[in-house]
Amino acid sequence: MASEVKNPAGSQDFPLIFERSVPGRRASTPPPAAAIDLAEYLGVENLRGQAPRLPEVSELDLVRHYSQLASRQFNIDANPYPLGSCTMKYNPKVNEEAARLFQDLHPHQDDSTTQGALELLYNLQSLLAEITGMDAITLQPAAGAHGELTGILIIRAYHETNGEGSSRRVVIVPDSAHGTNPATAAMAGYRVREVPTNSDGEVDLEALEETLGPEVAAVMLTNPNTLGLFESHILRISRLAHQAGAQLYYDGANLNAIVGRARPGDMGFDVVHLNLHKTFTTPHGGGGPGAGPVGVKAHLRGFLPIPIVTRTASGFVWDDGLPHSIGRVRSFYGNFGNLVRAYAYIRALGREGLRRVATMAVLNANYLRVKMQAAGYRVPFERLNMHEFVAQPPAGLHTIDIAKALLDYGLHPMTVYFPLVVKEAMMIEPTETESLETLERYAEALADIARRAANDPDFLGGAPYHTPVRRPDEVRAARHPVLRYRFDEKSG
Amino acid sequence: MNIPDNLKYTSSHEWISEPKEGIVTIGITDFAQDQLGDVVFVELPEVGSRVAANDAVAVVESVKTASDIYTPAAGEVVAVNEALEETPETINTSPYDTGWIFRLRLTSPTELGGLLDASAYLQHLEEE
Amino acid sequence: MQFTPHTVEDIERALAAIGIDSLEELFTDIPSELLDPPFDLPVGMDEVSLRRHLQELAAKNRTDGPNFLGGGAARHFLPAVTEHLAAQGAFVTAYTPYQPEVSQGILQATFEYQTMMAELTGLAVSNASMYDGASAVAEAALLAMRATRRNRVVVCTGVHPQSREVLQTYLTPLEAKLEQLPLDPLLTPTPTLSKETACLIVQNPNFLGYLEDMPRLAAAAHRVGALFIAVVDPLSLALLVPPGSYGADVAVGDGQTLGNPLNFGGPAFGFMTVTKPLLRQLPGRLVGQTIDRDGNRAFVLTLQAREQHIRRSKARSNICSNHQLTALMATINLAALGPTGLVEVATASIKAAHKLATRLAETGIRVVRDARFFNEFVIELSGDPQAFRRQLAEQGIHAGVPVPAEYGLGPAVLLAATELTPMRR
Repeated sequence: MASEVKNPAGSQDFPLIFERSVPGRRASTPPPAAAIDLAEYLGVENLRGQAPRLPEVSELDLVRHYSQLASRQFNIDANPYPLGSCTMKYNPKVNEEAARLFQDLHPHQDDSTTQGALELLYNLQSLLAEITGMDAITLQPAAGAHGELTGILIIRAYHETNGEGSSRRVVIVPDSAHGTNPATAAMAGYRVREVPTNSDGEVDLEALEETLGPEVAAVMLTNPNTLGLFESHILRISRLAHQAGAQLYYDGANLNAIVGRARPGDMGFDVVHLNLHKTFTTPHGGGGPGAGPVGVKAHLRGFLPIPIVTRTASGFVWDDGLPHSIGRVRSFYGNFGNLVRAYAYIRALGREGLRRVATMAVLNANYLRVKMQAAGYRVPFERLNMHEFVAQPPAGLHTIDIAKALLDYGLHPMTVYFPLVVKEAMMIEPTETESLETLERYAEALADIARRAANDPDFLGGAPYHTPVRRPDEVRAARHPVLRYRFDEKSG
Repeated sequence: MNIPDNLKYTSSHEWISEPKEGIVTIGITDFAQDQLGDVVFVELPEVGSRVAANDAVAVVESVKTASDIYTPAAGEVVAVNEALEETPETINTSPYDTGWIFRLRLTSPTELGGLLDASAYLQHLEEE
Repeated sequence: MQFTPHTVEDIERALAAIGIDSLEELFTDIPSELLDPPFDLPVGMDEVSLRRHLQELAAKNRTDGPNFLGGGAARHFLPAVTEHLAAQGAFVTAYTPYQPEVSQGILQATFEYQTMMAELTGLAVSNASMYDGASAVAEAALLAMRATRRNRVVVCTGVHPQSREVLQTYLTPLEAKLEQLPLDPLLTPTPTLSKETACLIVQNPNFLGYLEDMPRLAAAAHRVGALFIAVVDPLSLALLVPPGSYGADVAVGDGQTLGNPLNFGGPAFGFMTVTKPLLRQLPGRLVGQTIDRDGNRAFVLTLQAREQHIRRSKARSNICSNHQLTALMATINLAALGPTGLVEVATASIKAAHKLATRLAETGIRVVRDARFFNEFVIELSGDPQAFRRQLAEQGIHAGVPVPAEYGLGPAVLLAATELTPMRR
C-alpha cells in the first residue's frame, strides 16, 4: 500500500540523547575533589587518551529526554498486555517501597549487619518451598531461563553421581514447549527429543512412553502447558518418567493458573523453576531483570548452587557446604532486589490471596475466550482452558495484521505465532488483575478489527496508523545492522 | 512454483546440480526461499571443510527463522558463494542461479543415490 | 491485600457467560487428589502491617557507617535524578519490546546503552545486557569456543573468584577444559598457550585491585589464534585504556559501578561487547536502527534468529531476557554524569583509595603496594580475615573483603574507597 512517505529526510526523528548533547553541558556533579596527577598514580601507559564520548546535557534536558521516551512506551500501568505465558499482572507499588528499604546493603557486609536481609531470604525460601511442594529452594538464578539451566544441571549432576551421566544424554520436551527448554538442554550438553501434542491438546502419552528409555535424563514440562490446558495425566507421566529412571522437570512459567490451589511437588516433579517476574509480579522492566528460583525434592538437595541461607543458633548465615553442589550460577546471592519484591507480595496476599490469584486468572481467561469466540475468533480446543488459551483469527485474516491493528486501540497484542503447533496462533493470558470491562474492551476491539477487515481489505495491511512509528523495516535492520550511534555520521 | 528439471532435490528442500568432474553445486529451492521470507544472512561453511552426508553445513536466516542447510552427500567444500555476504537476498530472487550456496567435491559420485527428481519433489511438496 | 477487581456480581456475570455454575468447575481438569491441598502459608497482611513487618526486617540490617568494601561491587554516587527517571512506571512495568511500534521508549534507550558500552570499551558492538558480570564471563568463554571451534579455556585467577566458579559451572556439562593461570603473586605472568586454546580471560583491574599489562597478554592469546577476553570494571574505563585499544576481542564485566544501587549483590547487570567479526556470535538481545514505512527512524530487536525462541536447541545461548531496567538506570546515570562527571567519579575514587593506603601504612599496617592499583588494594593481617571484618562491623565500619587462600598471600583483606568514602580517620 503506497502511502506518501511522511518523513523522507528523517528530519523529524525523535532525537537520541547524543543528538541533544552540547559540549560543555552537564547534569549531575559528583562530590568535589582536588585534581591529581593520574599518570603518577596509574602509569601513563595505562591512561586512556580521550574520555569516552558520553552525552553532555543539562539535568532538565536529561529529564525531558527520558520522560518523553517513557511516554513512547506501552506498559502495564497504562495498557493491558494479555501476552500468553508472560503473566502481565499489575505490579504493586508497595513492592517498590519494600525493595528500597534494602537497596544499600553491600554483598560483602559481615553477616552480623545483614540479619534482616538473611531472614527475609530464609523466609522466602520456606514460602516458595511450601507453594511448590518442594523440599529445598535456591534463590540464586537471575531469570527463568537461568533457573532452567540450573535445574537441568542439577539433574545432570544427579545422574553423574549415580554413574549414569554418560548414558543418559537425552532430554524430552513437548513440541509445544517454550524455546528456552531445548536451548537450555543443549547448553547442558543434552540432545533434545520432542513428543507430539495430541488432539486434546495434551502430551501424547503413547508417544511419550515409546520415547522414554535408559538414555533419557529428564522430561521437561509446563503444567498447564503452553496451550493453557492442564496435563490431566500428569501422575501417569510422572510414573512413566520415573520408571524409566528419568527426572521430571517443571517449567514454572504457567504457575499462575494453579498457585495456591495445586503444587508441582505433589504431581511428581523433582525439579521446579519459578518465574518471579510472572507469578509473583516482580516488574518486567522492559525485559528484565527477573528472578528464577529453583526448587528440588530432598534427593537433589545436595546439588543446589551455593550458597543458601540457613539458620543457626546464633542467627542466619550463608551456607556453602553442600558437597555435591553444581557450583555457583551467578555472583553473590541472586537478584535480591526482586526477591524482596516477591516476598512482600506473598506476605501481602497470604494463603487466601494466592488462591484467589489462580481462581480469578482462570476465570478471566475463560471469560475472554468466550467473548473472542463471539467475535468470530476460533479456538482449536473445545474445552475449558486454564489461565491462558490459544486462538486463531477468523478465516482469511493473519495474526500479524490483527496484532498490528490492536496497537491503535491502546491495547497490546497477544503473543503471536506461538506455540508452533497451532497455525496463526494467538496465545492470550489476561491475568487476574484485569477487570471484566477491560476484557470486554479487548474482545470488542478484536471484533471491530474483524469487521473493518471484512469491509476494507486494505485496512489491516496498513495498520497501525496512530503509533509513533509504523511497521519498522526489520529486514533492513537484520541485513544492514546498525547497532550504535555514530558520532562522525549523521544518524539516519 | 519453480522446479527445474535438470536438478535433483532433497526432502529438506535443497537442490543439487549434475556432478561436473565430481563437483556439485547446492542451494535451496524456490519453495524454501518462499517459506523463509526475506533472507537477511547466510552462514557459509568454510572452504576446505570435510562434511558427511546429512551434516548441517550452512544456515540461512530470515528475520523470523533460521534454517539449517544439509549436504546430501559426503565430500569437501570447494567453494562458497561469497556474494551472499553482501546480498543475501539473491537467494530469494534467484534461488537456482546466482543464489547458489556452496560447491562440494563428492567423496564418491555414487553417493547421490536417494535424491528426488523434479516430479518426485513436486509430489513431496504436495504431500507436505 | 489483594489486587483482583472481581466483585460478587462480576463473578456471577463471568460464570454465566462461560456457561458454568461455579468457580470450582474451572478446575475439574485437575485430579482431585492434587487440588487444594492444605497449604501451610501465613494469612495475608494489610498494607500497614506489611510495611511494619518489612521495616522490622530492615532494622536488623546496618548500612550506615563508612564503607570500604569492594570485591565486585561498590557504593558510588547515584544522583536523585537517575533513580527518579529509572523508576518511571512506563519503564518499570513495560514488557520486552517485541512490538516495536509501541516500544520505542525501551528500544531507543537500549540503543543508547549499546552505544555507551561500545564507547566505554572501544569495541564495535554491545548486546542489550546480561544477568551479571560472572555469567557474562561464562558466556564469553562459550562464544570463544564457538568462534574458534576449540575447547580449551584459560582463565587467570585475577578474574573474580565467583566469576570463575560460574564459568566452571557453565563449562562442566560441555566437552571443555578449564585451566586456571595463577597470579604471581599480584599480576598475571605471560602464559604459554596452545593451538587448542579458545580464549585467555584476564581481569583489569584484577580481583586484588592491581593493574595488569593487558597488551602483553592480548598478544600472547593472539599468537596462538585464541581470543582475548578482557573482564573490566566499566567505571575504570573512564580513565584506563579501553579493551578495544589493546586488542581485546571481547570485553565483559559487571555494570553495577556505572549506576546501580548495591541491592545486596543484585540485580545489577552484565555487559558484553565484541569486535565486528564476532557480531553473529553475540548472545542476548540486540537493538538495531532502521526506518519505518514513513521514513521515520525506528528501533527494533534484531538478529533474533540467533536466539532461543527461534533457534531453540541451536541457539547461541538459552538467555531469554536481559537486565533492561538496571541497564537503563546505568544509561541514564552515564548521561547524568557525562564524560566529565564519570572521570570525576573515577578520579575521586582513585584518590580516596591511595590516600587510604598511605594513611593505613603510616599506622603500621602492611599495605601491599608492589603494583599499581585503581581504587582497591590488599592489606595483610595477622589474624583471621572474617574476624577482622566482624570486629570492624561491631564498630559500625564496613570493611575487609577476605582474600581467598588460593592467592597465597596469607591472611589478607581487600579495601576499597570511592568518591563517597569519608576521609577523616
